Amino acid sequence: MLNQYETVFITTPVLSDAQMKEAVGKFKDLITSNGCELIHEENWGLKKLAYPIQKKSTGFYQLLEFKADPAFIGKLETEFRRDERIIRFITVKLEKYAAEYAEKRRKKVNAKTQSEN
Amino acid sequence: MSTNSSEIRYLTPPSVEVKKKKYCRFKKNGIKYVDYKDPEFLKKFLNEQGKILPRRITGTSLKYQRKVSQAIKRSRMIALLPYVTDLLK
Repeated sequence: MLNQYETVFITTPVLSDAQMKEAVGKFKDLITSNGCELIHEENWGLKKLAYPIQKKSTGFYQLLEFKADPAFIGKLETEFRRDERIIRFITVKLEKYAAEYAEKRRKKVNAKTQSEN
Repeated sequence: MSTNSSEIRYLTPPSVEVKKKKYCRFKKNGIKYVDYKDPEFLKKFLNEQGKILPRRITGTSLKYQRKVSQAIKRSRMIALLPYVTDLLK
């Protein structure tokens, strides 16, 4: 039984752009290599944090949306904890209405990126 | 009619308050899910110090107040909203 999840994580601002992409790529690979389906990703870029975390006031935000087996979430979260480039993460299961909302949001973001290109 | 003595005259006219009925914006607009990734929206339910406003002020129904508070707490976790602050907004 696959559930739909989304996770938002913050990587340290110390990383260069390429390093940040590499860190994000690592987690994307982790998701896809475990037989999970990556639905959507969004990079919010460097954002100011509402309060300092590990003495840093900014961070790169990344959103990933995927379908996964519940057992996989534990694995993903230990991986987040082990990685010192990640300063904060949150994984949320999307229920019926949340999934609907996420789909709408996805369409909006896609439309935006298309009009930019 | 020129001397209308029965009329009570006030120094400051009493304001006749028309009470606006509060309503739940989620029920009214048919919003089913409160997104924790949208801090600008959630700020409507916070006071100056970043505390969650009670239902009696915002008029939100209990069902959605629970969802709002959950969303605000998640939003705080990922540093989109502060736990404590002065002069939010």
